[in-house]
Amino acid sequence: MSAPAGYRPDPMSAQLQRGSTLHGWLTTAEPASQWQASLGDSYVRALFLLRNPLAMCGLVIVLGLLAVAAFAPAIATQDPNAQDLAARLLPPSSGHWFGTDEFGRDMFSRVVYGSRVTLLTITCVVTIIGPFGLVVGVVAGYLGGWADTLLMRMTDIFLALPRLILALALVAALKPGIQNAIIAIILTSWSPYARVARAEAITLRGSEFIDAARLSGASAARIIFSHILPLCVPSVIVRGTLDMAGVILIAAGLGFLGMGAQPPAPEWGTMIAQGRVFILEQWWVATMPGLAICVVSLGFNLLGDGLRDVLDPKNR
Amino acid sequence: MSLSPAFGRPLASVAITLTGLLLITFVIGRVIPVDPVLAVVGDHAPPAVYEATRQKMGLDQPLWKQFTLYIAEIAHGNLGTSFVTGRPVLEDLERVFPATVELATIAVLFGVLAGVPIGVVAASHHGRWQDHLLRVVGIVGYSVPVFWLGLIALLVFYAKLGWSAGPGRLGIAYDGMIEPITGVILVDSLLRGELAIFRDALAHVLLPAVVLGYFSMAYISRMTRSFMLDQLQQEYITTARVKGMSERRVVWTHAFGNIRVQLITVIALTYASLLEGAVLTETVFAWPGIGQYITSSLLSVDMNAVLGGTVVVGLVFIMLNLVADTIYGLVDVRARRLQA
Repeated sequence: MSAPAGYRPDPMSAQLQRGSTLHGWLTTAEPASQWQASLGDSYVRALFLLRNPLAMCGLVIVLGLLAVAAFAPAIATQDPNAQDLAARLLPPSSGHWFGTDEFGRDMFSRVVYGSRVTLLTITCVVTIIGPFGLVVGVVAGYLGGWADTLLMRMTDIFLALPRLILALALVAALKPGIQNAIIAIILTSWSPYARVARAEAITLRGSEFIDAARLSGASAARIIFSHILPLCVPSVIVRGTLDMAGVILIAAGLGFLGMGAQPPAPEWGTMIAQGRVFILEQWWVATMPGLAICVVSLGFNLLGDGLRDVLDPKNR
Repeated sequence: MSLSPAFGRPLASVAITLTGLLLITFVIGRVIPVDPVLAVVGDHAPPAVYEATRQKMGLDQPLWKQFTLYIAEIAHGNLGTSFVTGRPVLEDLERVFPATVELATIAVLFGVLAGVPIGVVAASHHGRWQDHLLRVVGIVGYSVPVFWLGLIALLVFYAKLGWSAGPGRLGIAYDGMIEPITGVILVDSLLRGELAIFRDALAHVLLPAVVLGYFSMAYISRMTRSFMLDQLQQEYITTARVKGMSERRVVWTHAFGNIRVQLITVIALTYASLLEGAVLTETVFAWPGIGQYITSSLLSVDMNAVLGGTVVVGLVFIMLNLVADTIYGLVDVRARRLQA
């Protein structure tokens, strides 16, 4: 890769770069532009992440989930809702890799399609509560005073209450279903994000570059949204990745109790609830979707742990 | 005077949190598509009866006034009547609550007995294979759905191996044989000298408690590890080592002695989260506690029972948080100084 225009390397680093150009350009001690520096920073962090085997396992699992959800029709061996009463409750075999359920539906195909429901749930939840918690936390942390007190009291209320039970009561009131389950999870899960973002914003508030911005006449909104908020994003991402496993488990728990996705939707928690009746004789009906939940939430936890090591300011 | 920061601030925040909880359950109670008046008088009541009941229930009042009425009712211990059992919800909850306390207590015992040593070992072998192995065990604890783990445990240890008793609190032979004193069968059977019942109850509680306690073990071991790592990097530890003290004594007497307060806080918080986990575990193990009461009420849309259960669990949750805060504030000098 050629160096960008205006980049004039000194002879020493030019010599170093001849060995491995891109690597050298990214890891140079004297970046010529802001974007070279930040690109190099991300590159170094990615290298750290690559060297952490557990985090890589997590990344592979998460990418696997994305791939399975995207190509579900190609991966599934049968229609997930096609019933075949002649083939009820068959054990795992070469024809049905994960066996069949009480309606003769292919469990493997149902688990594969279930990844879409899971992905939909976590995407909806995280894309809403991540930014929301971020803004609440940063505004509270930067402004301080009564705004902080008010917002943090609200956060504390949700933080101090049992999440699953509140979500259950909410869904029961709203009518069971995947949409209401997502709403209930959103309402009960945003508070930790606000806490994390607020803690970051408070440490940033006192720093000199913020003072400089204020002295040069930047408005509070400008400081919050273009100076503080971007710097709080990494901690919120870490929090979000670690939290995804929790979201998956709560969604599955709601499904298991009949409050989440409704049958015949192939949702993993709902599938476990259906297989519960047969657990002693036909173990595969409840076991397979449960394994899927374990693997996926394990993936998010491992990746989140690794990301925390890489992105956490304390570990730099 | 030194007590006031330890008690005053948490108490104020408890009051606010409690109001928040009641506001949430109140709103949930009002947004249900079911008309609460119809639920009482039935579908075919004449309009006059309907109107009279509506006024009696205070539903013609402005919302804020309804909310204050709601708080007053709850303060008097009135959580409404369950449509399914026909009894006051509070009475139902009193009946099922001891079962949950029993399960959660055994679970937290397991969590502490397994989690604390694991955390200490991981910290004293920081960065070595023991540490990595225990870290993985912990992460798995965060990733397994507790209801699924319960089903698999029943399949393996009850159906296949026969090591554990089945679902429920007691075998059929002993069911209803014990007159409740505290409602906790393990205690009642001992008080009455019924050792056979005690053994049966213990056989029934162990499996669900271990399943429920696995998550708390993961949490407690993770926290123990990070507390211990903090301590082991301090200079007094180096001093103790230089003096030639045995490593075992350094770890268990010096470092561990200093994390006990923090651990108690963590354990109180774990206990609170177990109440929540109990909802799913009780359903799987047919354990007649508050969790099963809430879930079976959910299925029959018995909202008084659901919201009453939510209020009680939320209350216990908040109280345990207060206990954790207070212990921490009272015993830890640094925290007291920070608050003052």
